[in-house]
Amino acid sequence: MKARITITLKPGVLDPQGKAIAGALHALGFDSVGDVRQGKYIEIEVAESDPKRARAEIERMCEQLLANTIIENYAYELEAA
Amino acid sequence: MKASVIVFPGSNCDRDAAVALEAVSGIAPALVWHGDSEIPPSDLIVLPGGFSYGDYLRSGAMAAHSPVMREVVSRARAGTPVLGICNGFQILTEAGLLPGVMMRNATLKFICRDVHLRVERNDTAFTRHFTEGEVVRFAIANKDGSYYAKKATLDRLEGEGRVAFRYCDAAGKISDAANPNGSRRNIAGIYNESRTVLGLMPHPERLADPALSGTDGAKMFASLLETLH
Repeated sequence: MKARITITLKPGVLDPQGKAIAGALHALGFDSVGDVRQGKYIEIEVAESDPKRARAEIERMCEQLLANTIIENYAYELEAA
Repeated sequence: MKASVIVFPGSNCDRDAAVALEAVSGIAPALVWHGDSEIPPSDLIVLPGGFSYGDYLRSGAMAAHSPVMREVVSRARAGTPVLGICNGFQILTEAGLLPGVMMRNATLKFICRDVHLRVERNDTAFTRHFTEGEVVRFAIANKDGSYYAKKATLDRLEGEGRVAFRYCDAAGKISDAANPNGSRRNIAGIYNESRTVLGLMPHPERLADPALSGTDGAKMFASLLETLH
């Protein structure tokens, strides 16, 4: 199966990169731009056909390495490879 | 004092730390490769600065799971002093030996210059050659040096006297202007509960010899030598 994992900064955690992106978009004339938050996107192929077990594996990966849960949240979608 | 300096792929201050340690102790530290699972008997373990694993994912995140780190964590929990400098501090937080996390500098820039620090206490193995409240000059060189922790964690660190160093001006005043990177409460370094693990972003080893234009950092290594022999 394939997991598509999105890691984002928790609300309230300062994101200077997101702020810089917002500034650059404003400079380009995109006046509609409000708050910008930057995150990470990771795709992982998992040799596991049972969705329940695959979910458990992905969550352990996120908790142990992929996200720093002090400052980051993670979400993921699973699809058949 | 027998010290071990851990070398990760991408470490670049391992030799500097070894030179500074040998200068005070006369004993060359063991350089231990990250893939090793054994560390020789050591009075002190140093996690040096650098860019372990190219700072992939998050600074220190990969190194925190290196084979050698299981042994570092185990020695630290058993009371062996551990000093994490710069990337070493990032690794200590990612490994869970110190609370909080290092974030991108508020300026988004890599900052490489000398800073003033206030020594918050001088009764630890790392600081006994300083005086309490002394203002010292160390070098910083990092892009992810902004210390962040939840308010409750920061309050606990302060309440337990676990802040080791704070960014200040030359007169010792703690202010936003003297904070180079947006670190919460100007924190530059913290201890674990037993004050045997110290992580700090500034580099004591870079100002540890008159030829390097400063010797304030040498006091940390002299402190360790006196404590640990």
